[in-house]
Amino acid sequence: MTIQKNIFKQVFLFYYEGFRSMTLGKRLWIIILIKLFIIFVILKLFFFPNLLKSNFATDKERGEYVLEQLTTPKKINND
Amino acid sequence: MIENVDMALVNWSRAQFALTAMYHWLFVPLTLGITFIIAFMETIYVKTGDPEWKRITKFWMTIFGINFAIGVATGIILEFEFGTNWSNYSWFVGDIFGAPLAIEGIMAFFLESTFIAIMFFGWNKVSKKFHLLSTWLVAFGSNLSALWILVANGWMQSPVGMHFNPDAARNEMLNFWEVFLSPIAINKFLHTITSGYVLAAIFVIGISAWYLIKGREQLLAKRSIVISSVFGLLSCLFLVYTGDGSAYQVAQKQPMKLAAMEGLYQGSKGAGIVVLGMPTPGKQYNDSKDEFVFKFEIPKLLSFLGYGDTEAFVPGVNDLINGGFEYTDKDGNTQLAISAEQKIEQGKISIAALREYKNAKQNNDPVKMEESLLTFKESFRYFGYGFLNDPGSIIPNVPLTFYSFHIMVGLGFYFILFFSLALFFVFVDKLESKKWFLRLSVLTIPLAYIASMSGWIVAEVGRQPWTIQDLLPTVAAVSQIDASAVQITFWLFMVIFTALLIAEIKIMTKQINIGPKEGGH
Repeated sequence: MTIQKNIFKQVFLFYYEGFRSMTLGKRLWIIILIKLFIIFVILKLFFFPNLLKSNFATDKERGEYVLEQLTTPKKINND
Repeated sequence: MIENVDMALVNWSRAQFALTAMYHWLFVPLTLGITFIIAFMETIYVKTGDPEWKRITKFWMTIFGINFAIGVATGIILEFEFGTNWSNYSWFVGDIFGAPLAIEGIMAFFLESTFIAIMFFGWNKVSKKFHLLSTWLVAFGSNLSALWILVANGWMQSPVGMHFNPDAARNEMLNFWEVFLSPIAINKFLHTITSGYVLAAIFVIGISAWYLIKGREQLLAKRSIVISSVFGLLSCLFLVYTGDGSAYQVAQKQPMKLAAMEGLYQGSKGAGIVVLGMPTPGKQYNDSKDEFVFKFEIPKLLSFLGYGDTEAFVPGVNDLINGGFEYTDKDGNTQLAISAEQKIEQGKISIAALREYKNAKQNNDPVKMEESLLTFKESFRYFGYGFLNDPGSIIPNVPLTFYSFHIMVGLGFYFILFFSLALFFVFVDKLESKKWFLRLSVLTIPLAYIASMSGWIVAEVGRQPWTIQDLLPTVAAVSQIDASAVQITFWLFMVIFTALLIAEIKIMTKQINIGPKEGGH
């Protein structure tokens, strides 16, 4: 138990001291965090829903919808 | 009922995907290659104990860190687009994409991200050898990430190892190894990662040359040039080899792409390869205009490279539309090619059979189900053609594919000369005095990016109109959403990615200007 605790502490300190000693890296982390916020919070939530997952509850329904899409004759509209 | 397909929606969705993929690809190749260059440098440091090699390694590691930080997660957006803009496609590909991408997520990503921490934070905290091992694992991990997505892309270019489940309306993997070891996927992977090595080598040489022009960091610059020139030259030679393998696969699996790459409308036996040429603007497959305004070609080489026989027939665009030429199928039998019109007919039969199967299942009619399923299976190889109405729609943008291919190949050969010259000047100890070469080295950096992007344009524009070769064209793959919504996110991405690119260039140039320094990253 003590050995395990020590390993976790060492890993934590490794990362903690690593981040603390960063110079340029701090700015990069800020960019990464802003980017991840934009990608996963703004873009994913507001602009990119997974249509099949959000519109249908089961894989069976999803399959039926896509089958309907694939087998309905289509006319290409260039307007 | 007949549904309308809004071409504006298809085109905006394609443009958005292309924009995202190309911006993503601005960051990826440098990561793929520079990690190996860094690993070589650190290996020399560990072997020799020379602190200058440690300084060099840490400097390029910082440059890699900037590129990695700005580029990381930009590829995730492509997966968002699959779910929103390309939902039919996402469903249709089934678990073919799921398996490779899941492996990527579990294996490569964790391998890469765990050891990156040791690479950056572990100096003086872990042993030299363990740090070196971490650096090598980051290099292999980042390349492994590329492996899985390129296997998935290879499957789209040549779908194998699966069967289509008509009940679930999706493809199911039958043979993982057939998907994983598909010759087109293997060639694509090797060719793509090697192009990243070449780009990274040129990048390192270009930045090092800038230091030499400025009279700064001479030892760092010269050592970096030596490592990168050797790595770049070997990679470039391998790139030619894998490029030849890719072209052979294209000739077998995607002959229309090959015809577009060469601007070849009228096929012939003993076809030559165009070294330099200008396709006739506005040329259509069914008109009588000449193919080229001018061209210089090497006789018989296209037949040889594509089919291993200088007298082999290479079909052009017109042949692939009209059919009627002989070809050898995958079992080695000689077949007569059918026309695009016949393929479209077969495709419509396949779609109708799937519809009948669906209706028969709803009506609980097992006889009709079996009958329609048999028809569907027999015609499935042309399934995607059933969504097209005009034979001409199977032709990609010929001038764009032609120019992209020739720019990529031309630059590839220039890079061989470039690396050879760099090595020559290093060994005769004339590098610093050759100012013209140093300036050329800096100017070659953007050319490496142009060559890399051109390669992707050939691969992706050249296979239009297909998202999955012969099975699913873009018109059937797209989601039924509002085109204006796609337009909004297109411009949104343009702003976000441009901001990231500006940030990358600004931070990187500042760091290069500062040069190597002691301490952390």
